[in-house]
Amino acid sequence: MSDATSRHPGINLSHARREDERHAEVTVFGFWVYLMSDAIIFALLFATYAAMVGRTAGGPSGPELFDIANAFVETMVLLTSSFTFGLAAVSLKEGRVGASQLWLGVTFILGLAFLGLELREFAGLAAQNATPQTSGFLSSFFVLLSTHGLHVLAGCIWIVVMMVQIVIFGLSRQVRSRLMRLSLFWHFLDLIWIVIFTIVYLPAVAS
Amino acid sequence: MNSSFILGKLTFDALPFYSVIAASGAAVIVLGGLSVVALITWLEAWGTLWRNWLTTTDHKKIGIMYVVLALVMLLRGFVDALMMRAQQAIAMNDPGYLTPDHFQQIFSSHGTIMVFFMGMPFLFGLMNYVVPLQLGARDVAFPLLNAISFWLTAAGAALVMVSLVIGVFSTGGWTGYPPYTELSYSPTVGVDYWIMALLISGVGTTLSGINFVVTIYKLRAPGMKLMHMPLFCWTALCANLLVIFAVPGLTVAGGLLALDRYLGMHFFTNDGGGNVMNYANIFWIFGHPEVYILILPAFGIFSSVIPTFSQKRLFGYTVLVYATMCIAVLSFTVWLHHFFTMGADANVNAFFGVMTMIIAVPTGVKVYDWILTMFRGRLLFDTPMLWSLAFIVTFVIGGMTGVILAIPPLDYVFHNTLFLVAHFHNMLIPGMLFGLFAGYAYWFPKATGFRLDEKWGRRAFFFWVAGFYLAFMPLYVLGFLGMSRRMAYYDQPGWQIYLIVAAFGAFLVLCGIISQIVQLTVSIRDRACTTDFAGDPWNAPTLEWATSSPPPEYNFAVQPEVHSLDAFRAAKEAGCPYPWPERYEPIEMPRNSMTGIALGAVSFVLGFAVVWHIWWLAALGLLGVVGTVIARSFATDTTRIISAEDVAATETRWKTAVLAARGASA
Ligand code: HEM
Ligand SMILES: [Cu+2]
Repeated sequence: MSDATSRHPGINLSHARREDERHAEVTVFGFWVYLMSDAIIFALLFATYAAMVGRTAGGPSGPELFDIANAFVETMVLLTSSFTFGLAAVSLKEGRVGASQLWLGVTFILGLAFLGLELREFAGLAAQNATPQTSGFLSSFFVLLSTHGLHVLAGCIWIVVMMVQIVIFGLSRQVRSRLMRLSLFWHFLDLIWIVIFTIVYLPAVAS
Repeated sequence: MNSSFILGKLTFDALPFYSVIAASGAAVIVLGGLSVVALITWLEAWGTLWRNWLTTTDHKKIGIMYVVLALVMLLRGFVDALMMRAQQAIAMNDPGYLTPDHFQQIFSSHGTIMVFFMGMPFLFGLMNYVVPLQLGARDVAFPLLNAISFWLTAAGAALVMVSLVIGVFSTGGWTGYPPYTELSYSPTVGVDYWIMALLISGVGTTLSGINFVVTIYKLRAPGMKLMHMPLFCWTALCANLLVIFAVPGLTVAGGLLALDRYLGMHFFTNDGGGNVMNYANIFWIFGHPEVYILILPAFGIFSSVIPTFSQKRLFGYTVLVYATMCIAVLSFTVWLHHFFTMGADANVNAFFGVMTMIIAVPTGVKVYDWILTMFRGRLLFDTPMLWSLAFIVTFVIGGMTGVILAIPPLDYVFHNTLFLVAHFHNMLIPGMLFGLFAGYAYWFPKATGFRLDEKWGRRAFFFWVAGFYLAFMPLYVLGFLGMSRRMAYYDQPGWQIYLIVAAFGAFLVLCGIISQIVQLTVSIRDRACTTDFAGDPWNAPTLEWATSSPPPEYNFAVQPEVHSLDAFRAAKEAGCPYPWPERYEPIEMPRNSMTGIALGAVSFVLGFAVVWHIWWLAALGLLGVVGTVIARSFATDTTRIISAEDVAATETRWKTAVLAARGASA
């Protein structure tokens, strides 16, 4: 396959050698498989949440607690971060190191902002005596959201590591391949968040 | 319970001086560990061990380490079984020699060890050794990840072993059902050990699953289509897909239980809106496929062994492949049969009962395929074949008792009796363990270059099979007589005789295990007579035999080209089994790395610290895990080149051996 024909949107991995191409393909495929496994964890947490929604044990319920406006801002921040990651990927594709660093930095900050908003929401709930210890419903709510939040945190750390690696190694084959996986991870988190928004927050407004 | 900052809940009371039995168990573990360390030091083998084994990324060596781990844990799990059998044989209107609490710890550790730390490592050991070779591949897809998986499994096993010396183990059975395992009912650290051991090893297992699925999809030899793969690779593929989709269930169930216990949440508690049925569903969405994760690869082993020792082709290859896939898919649709009695709607129960029985169909198809493979074959009764034959007969009996349990009204009568215990041992011992033993005997010469002693192998076989029947058939009767599982003592005189017979059976199994230890010793001693470097002792059809025994680090100097099923037999029939080229290419292989063992070590520290609430140490452990991963990502010089001359030298040595062997047989 010639280089010109293999170009596609997103990060392209250029391969000096056949083995490298094969290696990149295998690695990315492996990462997809990992994401599927991770998706099962979220699926089980969603199912648990769905089973626990009514089990408030006399404590507050979702519609009484949730602030859809905040969740909407969180959604916007996260969606924007996916977009800026896309911009980072495009700069990377064109070999503009500075620009890709910049966009990765913006993505990182948006990631942190998301986490900040989430923590603020948690603190607000705690102030209303709605903690994970209050009821099965709140346990499942907090765990579902924090599992996603921890993933975002991991993604943020990963971004920092990659920014350092770009400085040290430049846009080497390894670095590109890792950035490609990181971008899959980041978009995956976005997707999970959209499901959270739909299953957790929207019904609270609808009722 | 009060706890200090430095040591958390850890105090002197954690040492097992409360009972003689517990103290002696701990002493055996500690002395055993110390004597291994002393032996290695005395042999001055630390350097070699470190370079050749502990830091290796070679899938073959990792496979061997998995099998060693599994055999050690088999001993431990079996001692537990013996202790239970001894207790129940004497505990008629008598307290016996175990306290109820200790008895509970023992059946919990027995089940946990046998499923997670004996069965799984044994399987992953054989898969590690064999699958890349059968695919004609040079390695697994992610060699370092493979080492990490192994060390995480080992860390989990180490936590179980440590619980014997420091603190206690769970009393919640291998399934860890809440609310019994909630803090309010089980305030000791036992359940925490169980959770941490399973979570850590579970991560390792998931990573292995990913590794093997990618290996099988992407690393097959040039020309090898999926339908050219040996059946063992198929079963490995399906089992690892099950791992990827099922083990997250274990992670979630265990993780949520930990949150209940540590942070006072209410997933499964009796109060605060918790619901035990959440646990039952999540756990068994994992738990039932887990049974097939254990059994499917064993089916693959039987499908390798039976044709080889019948000197025929496998009958119905395609059917077997589809049957395997059906079983894998169906295994996710039956989990509810584990709680028929918990008050679900009758229609729901009926659905899951029917689904359960449907699984018997592809399994039955497989049994017929194996029988037809043997039909009119020239059977050779070497030990791998003996294990396979015992499997077929015994497994069919177990399957029939399973159909009984799949009928909800009958399950209402039998669930939680020894009938169930008899049934699942009847499936797992022949269906998994005999398969593992068959694979062990079959591939042993591949891995070591010499054969296992037949005489002691037969003795082990007869003791195991006789022991199995005596140990478990009485349990069916006891089930009919209404004896519950997990009873530390009882007051029904009619039961005792059966329990004595069962104990006698367990002692026969012990003789089997001793025979296996003797077999290994004798085989190593007499290895000069049975060496076979040329590497095809059974005249087998698949690619793992198309290289030397043991194979070189890079498996194949030139990747074989495959155009049919049973590639090696096809090549032999075509008269050119070994394509020795004129020139050899240099080969790039991964370097050794201490990342695997380091991650295992810090995970162990993390797990131990969390069990004992030593939070500063847990933080250090977590930092260690994250730090190790990040540090490794900065490593650049991770591969090494084996020069063409070195490859040529290795291959020439092998070629000479092959020509000599052929000359001798011609
Ligand atoms: C080889 C000889 C073995 C013997 C004599 C033996 C004996 C026993 C006994 C006495 C029990 C307790 C029964 C009760 O509840 O009263 C038990 C439970 C159990 N065994 Fe075995 N066993 C053997 C092998 C295995 C193997 C190979 C597995 C493999 C996977 C296994 C898995 C289990 C499990 C999961 C339990 C249930 C533990 C629980 O109640 O939580 N056993 N076994
Ligand atoms: Cu089941």
